[in-house]
Amino acid sequence: MPLHGTASCGPQAERPVSPRLHLSALPPAELRQRLRSRNGLRLQLGRFVAGIRSNFDSVAEGLHALYADYPVASDDDFCDYPVEVRSSGLRRYVRPQAIFRFEGMQPFKPLPGDQAVAMLEWGLNWVFTNHAQHYLIIHAAVLERDGLGLVMAAPPGSGKSTLCAALALRGWRLLSDELAMVGLDDGLLMPLPRPVSLKNQSIDIVRQLPGQPVIGPIAHDTAKGTVAHMRAPRASVEAALKPVQPRWILFPQFAAGHALDIEANGKAHTFMQLVSNSFNYPRLGVTGFEAMDRLVDGCDGYTARYGSLDQIVPALESICTRSA
Amino acid sequence: MSRQTDTHLARTLATPEFTERFDARDWEALIGQARTSDLLGQLAERLHDTGRIERVPPQVRFHLDAALRIAALHRDSLLNELAVIGDALQSLGQPVLLLKGAAYAAAGLRAGRSRLFNDIDLMVAKDVIERAEGALFRCGWRPTHLNSYDQRYYREWMHELPPIEHMTRGTVIDLHHTIVPPTSGHIPDAAQLIADARPVALPHCPDVFHVLSPVDMVMHSACHLFFGELQKGLRDLYDLHCLLDEFSPEPGFWTALLPRARAQQLEYPVLLTLRFAQRIFGTDIPEAVASEGRKRLAARPTGALTDHLIDASMYPLHPSSDSPWRRARRQILYARSHWLRMPLHLLIPHLAYKAFIHDDGKAA
Repeated sequence: MPLHGTASCGPQAERPVSPRLHLSALPPAELRQRLRSRNGLRLQLGRFVAGIRSNFDSVAEGLHALYADYPVASDDDFCDYPVEVRSSGLRRYVRPQAIFRFEGMQPFKPLPGDQAVAMLEWGLNWVFTNHAQHYLIIHAAVLERDGLGLVMAAPPGSGKSTLCAALALRGWRLLSDELAMVGLDDGLLMPLPRPVSLKNQSIDIVRQLPGQPVIGPIAHDTAKGTVAHMRAPRASVEAALKPVQPRWILFPQFAAGHALDIEANGKAHTFMQLVSNSFNYPRLGVTGFEAMDRLVDGCDGYTARYGSLDQIVPALESICTRSA
Repeated sequence: MSRQTDTHLARTLATPEFTERFDARDWEALIGQARTSDLLGQLAERLHDTGRIERVPPQVRFHLDAALRIAALHRDSLLNELAVIGDALQSLGQPVLLLKGAAYAAAGLRAGRSRLFNDIDLMVAKDVIERAEGALFRCGWRPTHLNSYDQRYYREWMHELPPIEHMTRGTVIDLHHTIVPPTSGHIPDAAQLIADARPVALPHCPDVFHVLSPVDMVMHSACHLFFGELQKGLRDLYDLHCLLDEFSPEPGFWTALLPRARAQQLEYPVLLTLRFAQRIFGTDIPEAVASEGRKRLAARPTGALTDHLIDASMYPLHPSSDSPWRRARRQILYARSHWLRMPLHLLIPHLAYKAFIHDDGKAA
């Protein structure tokens, strides 16, 4: 493997994406076989390579549904994050359990086997937030329009993912549904496009939106209720190595029956709200403060209360334009 | 596990040139082993020191640089905490010893560079330990073990008080009065350890902090490793390798080490340190000391068995270096660590209590 000084494994030296094999090109049997192999299926997720291993056929089906457009990394590439979702021992036959492992370590308790796909998604989120420490990581959806970035931060249940899916289906570029990764050195938003996580009623809401959403397998009775994922648009996946300048920060608050109400936020309020939604702000010390300061300084902040997508989507499309 | 990769981390730490012909699978094994052994920062330092970092592929270097970044921030926050602790404990009018990770970092030792640790370990004389605890309570630290059984376990039997945690910052302090549990039957002279400690000067901090003398520091680190559960065996042994390497030129260090350990009834862990540091990291030990160590270890009845068990804990718990047989041996070592810590007439009731009566939910 020509690792030394060549482009094949450089993160900054952009990896060639186009000539690569895409997951959709793998026949189902080969996908299952790769997931069971020692090195796993090597999937290019933004700038990272995840090595995914699983003995669940549902994981193969879920990946096929949700990650069809992602490049499969070559075996000569360094795998950043080896992860595994598997059932083991006799539990494989009686009420199977899904066990998540990263580097052989088991950071969470097992889940019922039918939640294996959701567990892979949650496990990957955990891996990125705990190990990609070159970024200030905020629990937020990130989209791009006209070359500028919108960061939507909110606690679970605020309607963030539904809104994110709706914008992505209208042609906004999806950078992430869960993790805003702010570069500590350049202040740019690093894309990590992955499936959009939908819960309960929002699954049906998104299914009925125009733009041909592809929804993956549904897991019932999880800790978050019924969970499914929407595939990230192909254009977003193809642009996954292009970072974006942040420009707008929105705190969305969905409440059924609410009229649209958007107010501008002061910098201090925006700063503190983002801190409370950040995963690694305390760990990054002064560096984290400086990155947060730069982010907030360069963005306009808003809080939006709304009762339907029909209200909020046009409002955001008028706020988030390059001329604004 | 593959026999070809299972010693990648240890060999790279010993000789970074080992990475010369690495391919992607080798780098994955190395980074994975360093992640699971808590040695990623130390690995990065070692590659920097020898200039090898320039030849590390960028995708791999990303993770090493991230570890250095986190370690530097970790060090900043340690210094901030020590400034607060120093203020709180100044009124004792007595030296406060830093132990283990905090000591290596504060004393600027190679073992402390980019090494992460969870708790700050302090040691004071037994007759002021409750005053020290009270002073820390007044600065926001709170007990984490409220259960009266746990309180008694620590206060009667252990060498430290129950851990205390800062109520807003979450920093955990272990306050010690000696370096091994008195119930282990080894009773080092704590007053002597404190008397021989050396002061360390820290920024924005009153001059209260000391660290153990080089010989005592090695002895303590050895006790911590070989009387403990060996869960971080390789990391702790690497600490010892760095300490021995750095103290080696100090006049009198090697001649004092074994006699001092014997006088403090802590010779055995030091003998094991010499053997394993030399085996795993090729530590440079004067031949007279090494052969004396071999002779004294050979005289012990369970030498070969213990050696075989401990050897397993020196492989990272990573798929590239782990095996069922190594895991089984680790389990035995875990049981051994409890056996070493307490005599059976205390241990059996203790384990029975933990198994049948103790309820963490009630304790919280």
